[in-house]
Amino acid sequence: MAECSGIDSNPSSHTMDKSITLPPDEIFRNLENAKRFAIDIGTWELKTFGIIAASDKLYEISVQEEVTARLHFIKFENAYIETCLDFIKDHLVNTETKVIKATGGGAHKFKELIERKLGLKVDKEDEMTCLIKGCNFVLKNIPHEAFVYAKHADSEFRFQTTNPDIFPYLLVNIGSGVSIVKVEAEDKFERIGGSSIGGGTFWGLGALLTKTKRFDELLQLASKGQHTNVDMLVKDIYGGSYGCLGLTGDLIASSFGKSATADKEFSKEDMAKSLLHMISNDIGQLACLYAKLHNLSRVYFGGFFIRGHPVTMHTITYSINFFTKGEVQALFLRHEGYLGAIGAFLKGAEEDNPNQYSWGENYAGSSGLMSVSPDMNPMQRARSGTFDMLEMDRLERQLVNLPLLQDPSSYIPDTVDLTEDALAREYWLYCFEEALDGVVKRAVASQPDMLEAALRAEKFRQKYRHKLQTLRHQPFAYGSLTVRSLLDTREHCLNEFNFPDPYSKIKQRENDVALKYYQKAVKSLEELSWEERQFALVRGVLAGNVFDWGAKAVSDVLESDPEFGFEEAKRQLEDNSGVDIILGVMPFVRELLSRGTEVVLASNSGPALNDVTNGELQILTERIAAMDPVIQAGLRDDRLMLVQSGSSSPCLDLSRLDKVLAMVVRERQTDLVIIEGMGRAIHTNYYAMLSCESLKMAVIKNSWLADRLGGKLFSVVFKYEVPAGKPSQDCETSTPS
Amino acid sequence: MAFNGHQRDDDTVDEDETPTKQPRSNKEMPGYFRSEPGSEAAAPAGRATPDRRSSNATARHRSDSVKKTRPPFPWFGMDIGGTLVKLVYFEPKDITAEEEQEEVENLKSIRRYLTSNTAYGKTGIRDVHLQLQDLTLCGRTGNLHFIRFPTHDLPAFLQMGRNKHFSSLHTTLCATGGGAYKFESDFRTMADLQLHKLDELDCLIRGVLYIDSVVSSGPSECYYFENPTEPDRCVQKPYTLENPYPLLLVNIGSGVSILAVYSENNYKRVTGTSLGGGTFLGLCCLLTGCSTFEEALEMASLGESTRVDKLVRDIYGGDYERFGLPGWAVASSFGNMMSKEKRESVSKEDLARATLVTITNNIGSITRMCALNENIERVVFVGNFLRVNTLSMKLLAYAMDYWSKGQLKALFLRHEGYFGAVGALLELLHPS
Repeated sequence: MAECSGIDSNPSSHTMDKSITLPPDEIFRNLENAKRFAIDIGTWELKTFGIIAASDKLYEISVQEEVTARLHFIKFENAYIETCLDFIKDHLVNTETKVIKATGGGAHKFKELIERKLGLKVDKEDEMTCLIKGCNFVLKNIPHEAFVYAKHADSEFRFQTTNPDIFPYLLVNIGSGVSIVKVEAEDKFERIGGSSIGGGTFWGLGALLTKTKRFDELLQLASKGQHTNVDMLVKDIYGGSYGCLGLTGDLIASSFGKSATADKEFSKEDMAKSLLHMISNDIGQLACLYAKLHNLSRVYFGGFFIRGHPVTMHTITYSINFFTKGEVQALFLRHEGYLGAIGAFLKGAEEDNPNQYSWGENYAGSSGLMSVSPDMNPMQRARSGTFDMLEMDRLERQLVNLPLLQDPSSYIPDTVDLTEDALAREYWLYCFEEALDGVVKRAVASQPDMLEAALRAEKFRQKYRHKLQTLRHQPFAYGSLTVRSLLDTREHCLNEFNFPDPYSKIKQRENDVALKYYQKAVKSLEELSWEERQFALVRGVLAGNVFDWGAKAVSDVLESDPEFGFEEAKRQLEDNSGVDIILGVMPFVRELLSRGTEVVLASNSGPALNDVTNGELQILTERIAAMDPVIQAGLRDDRLMLVQSGSSSPCLDLSRLDKVLAMVVRERQTDLVIIEGMGRAIHTNYYAMLSCESLKMAVIKNSWLADRLGGKLFSVVFKYEVPAGKPSQDCETSTPS
Repeated sequence: MAFNGHQRDDDTVDEDETPTKQPRSNKEMPGYFRSEPGSEAAAPAGRATPDRRSSNATARHRSDSVKKTRPPFPWFGMDIGGTLVKLVYFEPKDITAEEEQEEVENLKSIRRYLTSNTAYGKTGIRDVHLQLQDLTLCGRTGNLHFIRFPTHDLPAFLQMGRNKHFSSLHTTLCATGGGAYKFESDFRTMADLQLHKLDELDCLIRGVLYIDSVVSSGPSECYYFENPTEPDRCVQKPYTLENPYPLLLVNIGSGVSILAVYSENNYKRVTGTSLGGGTFLGLCCLLTGCSTFEEALEMASLGESTRVDKLVRDIYGGDYERFGLPGWAVASSFGNMMSKEKRESVSKEDLARATLVTITNNIGSITRMCALNENIERVVFVGNFLRVNTLSMKLLAYAMDYWSKGQLKALFLRHEGYFGAVGALLELLHPS
């Protein structure tokens, strides 16, 4: 439904990093193709501005003209409301928009200004409704949205896997006061309670006690203080612990109990700390009482009191652990500050039925969690001119679990969590940085007719390098850090600078070459005995897999020796086959088809490295079918199906597959899944447990990883798994690859 | 005093405690509530129950031996809290001539000193209005006196005990509260006194049940506020605490303890909060420069909390109807103090009032949640935070009634802060 309005005419506006100080007009200029917008105005804090913009992509080769709608959310300070409104006036009001959706306590205050400036009617949306709508949205759509905070653990942030079954949950929103909301379904929620002791109490009382005006400064003070100087502890009353009740001496018996005297001075830091403990404990206690009464175990905390502040996340977590003895975990959200705006936007877009789409976080356009680290620069987080952004790409399809996952709720796509594995993190960050020159070169080469391609590629380099640097310091910035997320971030950055498919030319060239060999390859296979042929087929798939420009070891060889090709690859593997899909996968598919097996061939929906896309595969398969009656018959009889996976990544998340693919898998009663390639079978899904037989095959094209797995570079992984309790059978099945 | 959130409903701890305590028999306590018929007796022997005290098997032969087991005078019960020391003293009025002659001089002097004064030193005070007349305890008739002084003046008290050679009377000093543990060695070294330490929650409950049972004449011990949601018609009314179980007992001292009481011997600590009387006074001292509870309360009574707090109507312009929040409800305690201008325009009295309202409402809301979780409809508030603090009591009564839509009833007791000390005295007279 997004109406595209041409190529983004101002790519230079993309160069900024999204969380640093910038002239606001540049921030807003990003959104010229905006179609629809909504606004969330906090009472005195940041505003969030949500907008949907259509940006179409430069895509020369594929037959598809991919048009992506993207949701942009910008958080900025009150001071920029006028600039924001000016921008909206200049660019957006000429559409048919007559009404703007607004929410938040400040919507009330700014209603008049907005209506006067824009000549639009402000449609105030209920704050809590928007908040809950936004919360449901991020929980369903953004992987690793929720996390547990553990201050003293190796990785402070433990991200939760996305579970489509998000209800029921408790949302504790700590703004100036506290609202406790029970959410039972998409549109069913109830404010079951609250408290007046909240962020406003910390701020107001803190300002009175310490003469410190700003919220962030108060938190800074608190993080340096000793509450035991101000609070009366159990041991201050008992001299030790209150043993028979199991109350340890360090527990607070009376907050501020020691300050009940006129003749003693207390430090600002100590008072701020005591206040923080008092408020966090109180909120935690109430949250637990409500959770218990309503029998809820998932409790999310949000609001400006939390908003990524490690200090408050720590004290709230501590309080919840204490009151529930660890039975309930305090959960936080990466995009908690955007919930109201997302909700208001969704309210406005209701006629589009947002549920028919899926959304993915665009790593290139989003500032990460704690985009400006409070530790590195404590005062910068709320300084004027700081913008935080969230961008989400819309897929016109719904993404669902692979029906064959053994336990969807415990499925984790990624093999190594780099947030926890510091050694692996260091290696991969280094690896991606090393490979950057090559990627830039490739990007420039992919658009020889475009003069500014070099400039854009350079901007891409800066942006991606900066992302890598950020991740080095804050591995948790975008959820769990994985090889997949690093690859995806690179794809998103390339996309942002209009290099949606740097490999399209190479792919085309390789395909043309490979097609020439196809019939020859099939013929030589047919001459082999059955058993020899099976080996040859597998080797063929694996040999094709070497042609992976993402792997540095391979691209080095390919770059340095243009003559290196199929013959070299097969020698490396001591055998013979064709380039990945055409000479590797297709003959394999052909063999299955001739055995009477139905085959579902799944491939990427969008481009990623030199991986074949579904669009390309459609064309290729037709060309092969023209040469090969077996493939032709398969297509005709519907025994060979080409389905898109829903992914645009070199890796594969089996919990986010195209709904159509899932449906086909279910309808065809698929009983074997073959996953091929390093990204899909090693970096992800290596440990994935399926309820049917599975085969994971890949060539290890990275020496570090080969070492880790105890093998050599170019070793082969060929992992055939039968689910427990099922007898091994012959493969009579289909193969999403 | 109280602590955060410990819930005590396990049954393992009892083993350590049961040998040291046994309940009194009902016969000895006139007017004492009968526990549910057969509930105790029916419990199979040796069964582990969550009760703090389990059986009363040894109690029945005690009445014969009252005289023998009656401890020597003076009879004291003491509760040493985080802020205040509470002392109850039984003054015998039925002293025979023979006894008078035998009475040692020390004892006489202590009795005269305590009963002829209403203030002791700079900070000790006898709450004359709480005094219970003509009480029969252990076969003796007399008056029960209620005395308090700040915990930080305990050394002066010990010095006095030393000067008056208290230790020569060979009395057992039954004490509860955290201070009984913390200051045990000071009692020994400074005054040569051996403390008999008692659990504060046991004492609290014992004291509450006893006082309520013996007060028959004069003002009713238990009372409530009629029409709590209509300030003009809100009046204090006596309440008969017959068949009181189950009840939620909320003790607001420096901190707050919340107990669910199912019978005389069966209770658990549900939770507690560190936001209590100590927090009110501590914050008031910091915010206003006052130094006593009375001063803080006096200021609070003159202030206006709505200048300090942000109300629902300050944010939404009126009621937040979507969630049934009235415009007058506090949305953010001290929320207006985020603004510099407003910080400069409020008075100390306003700040004291806001502190009182904040702490009181918070206790109210935690109590209400506990009552819901425990399925209890009657709440008794005790503790010295409520002393001369009608503001808080009315607020609690209001909050219980309003937010529960009339389901919860807030009850108060006249001897608000002395129950622990009374429980300690009872332990002296009827040792377990």
